[in-house]
Amino acid sequence: MSTVPKFEDPDKQSVKYSTCYMCACRCGIKVTVEDKKIRYIEGNRDHPVNKGVLCAKGNAGIMKQNSPAKLTTPLLRKKGSKRGDGEYEAISMGQALDILTARLRNIRETDPKKLAYFTGRDQMQALTGLWASQFGTINWASHGGFCSVNMAAAGLYTTGFSFWEFGDPDWDLTKYFMMWGVADDHASNPIKIGLEKLKSRGAKFVSINPTRTGYQAIADEWIGITPGTDMQFALSMVHVLLKHEQFDWEFLIRYTNSAYLTVNTPGQKGDGLFLRDDDGNPLVWDMEQEKAVNGKLPDINPALFYEGEANGKPVRSAMVIFADTYLDDKYSPENSAEITGIPADTIERLALEMAHVAFKETIEIEQEWTDYAGRKHDKFIGRPVSMHAMRGVSAHSNGFQACRAIHFVQILLGSVDCPGGHLAKPPFPKPIPPPLKPCKTTKPNTPLTSPPLGFPTCPEDLVIDDDGKPLRIDKAFSWDAPLSNHGLMHMVITNAYNGDPYPIDTLMMFMANMSWNSTMNTSQVRKMLSARDEETGEHKIPFIVVSDAYHSEITNFADLIIPDTTYLERYDTISMLDRPISEPHMAGDAIRQPILETNRDVMSWQEVQIEVGSRLGFPVFTNKDGSRKYKGYEDFVTNWQAAPGIGLLAGWRLDEDGNETHLRGKPNPKQWERYKENGAFMQVPFTPERRYYRHANKDYLEWAKGNGWIGSSDQIVMELYSETLQKFNLAGQGLYDGPMPTEQHHKDRLTKYFTPLPEFYTPLEQTRIDEEEYPFHAINQRPMFMYHSWDSQNAWLRQIISQNFMYINREQAESMGIEDKSWVWVESHNGKIRVQVKHMEGCVKNTVWTWNAIAKQSGAWGLKKGSNEAKDAFLMNHLISELLPKKGDALDNVTNSDPITGQAAWYDLRVKIYPVENGETGAYPQFPDMKKMPGMEESPDILRYNAHEHPVRIHRSMDDVLKRGSVHDKKK
Amino acid sequence: MKLGLVIDLDVCVGCHACTVSCKQWNTSGATGPLTDLKPYDEDPQGVWFNRIRHFEVGDSPNSKTVNMPMSCMHCEQADCVDVCPTGASYKRVEDGIVLIDQDKCMGCNYCSWACPYGARELDRDTGTMKKCTLCIDRIYDENLEEIDRQPSCVITCPSNARHFGDFDDPESNVSTLVRQRGGHQLMPELGYSPTNHYLPPRIMKPMPTAEAKPGSLISSVKKWVNQSVSR
Repeated sequence: MSTVPKFEDPDKQSVKYSTCYMCACRCGIKVTVEDKKIRYIEGNRDHPVNKGVLCAKGNAGIMKQNSPAKLTTPLLRKKGSKRGDGEYEAISMGQALDILTARLRNIRETDPKKLAYFTGRDQMQALTGLWASQFGTINWASHGGFCSVNMAAAGLYTTGFSFWEFGDPDWDLTKYFMMWGVADDHASNPIKIGLEKLKSRGAKFVSINPTRTGYQAIADEWIGITPGTDMQFALSMVHVLLKHEQFDWEFLIRYTNSAYLTVNTPGQKGDGLFLRDDDGNPLVWDMEQEKAVNGKLPDINPALFYEGEANGKPVRSAMVIFADTYLDDKYSPENSAEITGIPADTIERLALEMAHVAFKETIEIEQEWTDYAGRKHDKFIGRPVSMHAMRGVSAHSNGFQACRAIHFVQILLGSVDCPGGHLAKPPFPKPIPPPLKPCKTTKPNTPLTSPPLGFPTCPEDLVIDDDGKPLRIDKAFSWDAPLSNHGLMHMVITNAYNGDPYPIDTLMMFMANMSWNSTMNTSQVRKMLSARDEETGEHKIPFIVVSDAYHSEITNFADLIIPDTTYLERYDTISMLDRPISEPHMAGDAIRQPILETNRDVMSWQEVQIEVGSRLGFPVFTNKDGSRKYKGYEDFVTNWQAAPGIGLLAGWRLDEDGNETHLRGKPNPKQWERYKENGAFMQVPFTPERRYYRHANKDYLEWAKGNGWIGSSDQIVMELYSETLQKFNLAGQGLYDGPMPTEQHHKDRLTKYFTPLPEFYTPLEQTRIDEEEYPFHAINQRPMFMYHSWDSQNAWLRQIISQNFMYINREQAESMGIEDKSWVWVESHNGKIRVQVKHMEGCVKNTVWTWNAIAKQSGAWGLKKGSNEAKDAFLMNHLISELLPKKGDALDNVTNSDPITGQAAWYDLRVKIYPVENGETGAYPQFPDMKKMPGMEESPDILRYNAHEHPVRIHRSMDDVLKRGSVHDKKK
Repeated sequence: MKLGLVIDLDVCVGCHACTVSCKQWNTSGATGPLTDLKPYDEDPQGVWFNRIRHFEVGDSPNSKTVNMPMSCMHCEQADCVDVCPTGASYKRVEDGIVLIDQDKCMGCNYCSWACPYGARELDRDTGTMKKCTLCIDRIYDENLEEIDRQPSCVITCPSNARHFGDFDDPESNVSTLVRQRGGHQLMPELGYSPTNHYLPPRIMKPMPTAEAKPGSLISSVKKWVNQSVSR
């Protein structure tokens, strides 16, 4: 053992556990503090999400806490100043809350929907959604519509769960892993942990991605795909699997609706809907009884393929349509090769490799379990093929159906929620879709009768008026985007500016940088934020409230800024009612707790909501006698119950005898304390019999129902065939008994895109521009050390990248005379930007890409004038329109989004590229320098961060200096 | 003892967790601070002990992306030590860690010129040379649990691409990994005999594909005969 000085003095240090918030991955952290300075932030080794590891962002938390961009006081825009000019006066938190409350009270008393409340990458949608409901506005959503709602929606309308927060590959048992598209930016540490596990086992890792960056670097096989064609690729693999009869018959019959009979009466009402009995049960053709029977019953013998008559109607099983659709030559590998850029033999080989693993390398886990009908089974069968997909598939206008197509590959292989397959994470799987319908009506001083967001299953569920016009400011759940489960945050400012469908009073944003990288069409949106009505001189958006901990670009457009705390300064919950920390075989949730005291006049947005909601007398925050119910956020979390025994935190509740219990129970005054004592999280591991086939696992379903995760313990039948989509399709055809669109473009969109089985269609932007004029696909991704992080341009992380480039295939660039590191114009139908290019090899020729959100407005985020982020870095957002490319038709004013879910289609972008003239350099467009806000500190010119007041050094003795010879002396 | 790192290039995804974790620990460590110049200005530059180089090998479409973390290799033949005119640079006898005594270093840069791996960085604020210490302020700290007595970069690595141990012990984790996975030194031909080793990417063999079933290659639904499956 070596003798070294004692460097660390534990007596001076304290250790607390919390949850990281450098991105949205919810890793557990252990924070060591020495004399109010952070010594070290490390991963919590016991934590289920990150198991002790921590990514670059998590490791840079010190610089977030010490950012000079922290806001220190509430701020009010100076009278007479323009939005965007950055002229603010400091006010007290008391004044700020008074102003906010008065404004909101007036809206709530008159027309609550005139408050539009949109949040960014927050993890408290359970609270913000409750707040909006209690306020009585339907105009609430988080950033999902801009982010990855297609993934969530496709999963929840198909398998009952999805990727990332909803489900994970079975990293421990999978033998073949396929990662689709740009997918690095969710589940940061868990994917890295998982990739190492499977690579060390010799499992194959295939990546489908136009670029060979990120995780693609260690993929065993990289497939360079053309952006926006994932659906064609997936359906071509479906074609191959069908053609070679490589699919799991039993899985399809037992766990999916593929044998359900559909009515086959084209051109008539009811066509394509399920044949049902008098009780509404879908029917299947039973081969033994030779008649149509209730398809939900156990022990029947459904014909997977049936076409004929049943109950006097022409019918075909869903699987007949499925096979007819996908065996069609248009999905053959040969026909898919040109569309996708993937050679035909590669498509076929990949499909058959997966089939080999699924059916020849099957896993069997000896474990008795009981299915939904009470029948015992002695083992779990595993088809060890797994997948992950995210933004790259999601952010296209065909992303919803593309993601459904990916789930089809999983379903055909029987690899859903089985050993080695794709596993759900509690509280998922949910019924398909979850039984929540979006609220349509608002009344003064009255909470909503259902949540603002939900899952429509038929046109009756749309949030439209009797004339078919949208009722929400973002036009969610309208004919423009019927299944927009997460809202359309990217449309709020444009619609509010246009007063379409109506003007609003106040736009309130939390953690949402909507004047910069979290919006489409940044340049124009900034103008809309400050635009005034020419006649009245009033702002088009009369009042803007922003809560942010940092001096972000959006703060400059706010009338009132409520400064937030940092993630190390506040209480927070990562709740089972929201997006918890559950893993496939354990249910869990977590907290944040203050590690450091705040030294500024700031208030966490959690506290602000409780405070303002209490002042406004929201029923949930008010006692029967009218007095205030909760002292603050901590008190609210401890005592509020969404349903008996269910609160924001599921850990350490109290049973009937007053003993502490997890998952369900009465409020426990010591709950926060227990979390603090236990590493800031709670976990309940699954018993072995509940681990797989949870959609049809009786023990699991009953337990989940008891925990409040699902309302019924009925089998969750996967929807290969979507009757929901067919209902909308019929509405488009004019064959629906219920609301139907009146405008032709809505009818066309419903009939074309709302197919009950996905049919490949070209991303919309491509169909409305000249593809020859704009020959390149242009996509964004984020580097691993910044992805899903959104605030504090971090002093350490910006040393890794402070300027992004437009990456282009070297050979392609050379053929165009575009030199490495040269400056070029990149132009879309919506505008142009000047950027610096870099050549690379690992990028398909028809695609260019960049790192998103590196660019910052000069002066924002504590950056000095002339910083690389402002001078040379660029946003692609300027090129991306929030509306479809103009063609002089009815679609000109329709959102540039997936026509099914309203997912922002920012990966649909097409561009042309040409060299600059006259040697121009520097990023274009440029924006004015942002002034520091009152109370902000100057950004330092040098950082000498050291947590120790008196650091201990290690020294070499003079004796050693004098007596030791050369290192080469030891050479023998 | 001969302490050093093994870095697994088969699983390193280039995420920079190790580099930032190193920065975080060591800025308050034995040779801290790791000063940052112009942290909020143009071309920020700070001292880092560990950096990742990203590059591509081969031409499109058969290129490969490589992430290469590089820090002090704690060489056996550490010329950086020999060239030091003040005796500040030294290789510890007991564990082979190469260190720089901050109170003896005059920032002359000889050592950084002598280092072929670019591992040494001058702190222009303190005027001294700084580099990886293998977290000497962690690995012997008995207040830490044994599992935590490892360099910060190793503990934090999300893809388990970094391993720490004693290369003198043939049964240590690092010796075993090098033996089993064909670990190699970086540029051994230069003769510095670096202690750190890199594990090469594993080669995936072609895998079998499912065979078409007899009578298959079905092109039409009509040809399928329903299998009897009880629901």
